[in-house]
Amino acid sequence: MTIMSPEASSQRTLYPYVTGTSVVAIKYKDGILMAADMGGSYGSTLRYKSVERMKAVGKHSVLGASGEISDFQEILRYLDELILHDNMWDDGNSLGPKEVHNYLTRLMYNRRNKFNPLWNSLVLGGVKNGQKYLGSVSMIGVHFEDNHVATGFGNHLARPILRDEWKEDLTFEEGVKLLEKCMRVLLYRDRSAVNKLQIAKLTEEGMTISQPYSLKTFWGYGAFQNPTVGAEGSW
Amino acid sequence: MVKEQANWSPYDNNGGTVVAIAGADYCVIASDTRMSTGYSILTRDYSKICKLADKSVMASSGFQADVRALQKVLAARHLTYQHQHNKQMSCPAMAQLLSNTLYYKRFFPYYAFNVLGGLDNEGKGCVYTYDAVGSYERVGYSSQGSGATLITPFLDNQLKSPSPLLLPAKDAVTPLSETEAIDLVKTCFASATERDIYTGDRLEVVILNANGLRREYMELRKD
Repeated sequence: MTIMSPEASSQRTLYPYVTGTSVVAIKYKDGILMAADMGGSYGSTLRYKSVERMKAVGKHSVLGASGEISDFQEILRYLDELILHDNMWDDGNSLGPKEVHNYLTRLMYNRRNKFNPLWNSLVLGGVKNGQKYLGSVSMIGVHFEDNHVATGFGNHLARPILRDEWKEDLTFEEGVKLLEKCMRVLLYRDRSAVNKLQIAKLTEEGMTISQPYSLKTFWGYGAFQNPTVGAEGSW
Repeated sequence: MVKEQANWSPYDNNGGTVVAIAGADYCVIASDTRMSTGYSILTRDYSKICKLADKSVMASSGFQADVRALQKVLAARHLTYQHQHNKQMSCPAMAQLLSNTLYYKRFFPYYAFNVLGGLDNEGKGCVYTYDAVGSYERVGYSSQGSGATLITPFLDNQLKSPSPLLLPAKDAVTPLSETEAIDLVKTCFASATERDIYTGDRLEVVILNANGLRREYMELRKD
């Protein structure tokens, strides 16, 4: 009979340490556009500012993650193995975005069942044989696909903009403009957002990810210049 | 040494309402297509209805990840059944399987509120209603999910189902025609959408009868 040592406490995930904030993604004419900033927060400190939170998966998909960065890296290792085994069959078939999304759903759900979740919200987008696919998975396994998805704050701030302005067959320029609009609002209102982002483009030809860049912001509002003009003595 | 508390819940309620009505030779199974979490809408286009067998259709609301896992388990079990018996599972058989599957996880339940609709061995409509841990009964109609409290009293009034305690047992299936039943379901959802924040966007209706299966859709309020 084995007796558990009282000092051996549970190794399960309790809370996240280094986290990424929102990921926003849309379908457009040629495929998928996904945006995420490059911040890795350590609680309230913006500790890391060059974290790539979007990665290509196989030939047809791109994965974006918010939440615990180390768990995202673990997921990438699982996916590496999945894609490797798929390639080793050498049968001309390759896992498409639908299949990868399903795999991720099962992965997240099974960890939730063991009470040891991977603390991430994932966005999986891709194109295969002309079919565009965009899906989301949460840390407890809730999943769905749609024409536009977002994680974290993006669900509250970006989705409403997308519901109003997204349409079928956006051009690349229109898509980028729409994503930048969402990312700008997130920059203004999400305290864990950083002004250094990348946009990933995924088409039938493959994935390209932009160089990191910053958005222009506007702070010249009257209310910011003289914040206490209507309420003397306040701050 | 105080035991560490988890600050996450393995459950979430993704909302939505499901309804099923049994007729003399048909069955209507309906659900809205909204998927929510907290006060946010995740998507307006998610089906809660799953065809388990030729004559069994399940609609489930609750925690979507558990609902999906449950659908997969039942689909897999049905495939095995077909291999072993060379026939489709009947609706009453599927009803028992669903109950057993739910009770199997009695101590870490599937947070799924199910309604199973179909045609019984005599071709009559049947509806089975469940709780999260598998207790079930055959009824003439049922509603589950976030809008159930709004819909069930209305259905009680319109369908005037006889008490299951009567002896001799009176048939619970409604004498309404198929078109009348579909209309009633549409009315139910239009009403529930007005007052339940988790119900809305679009209604999906599946109709099972001797001719097979068909689907109808109706737009609902998106607010």
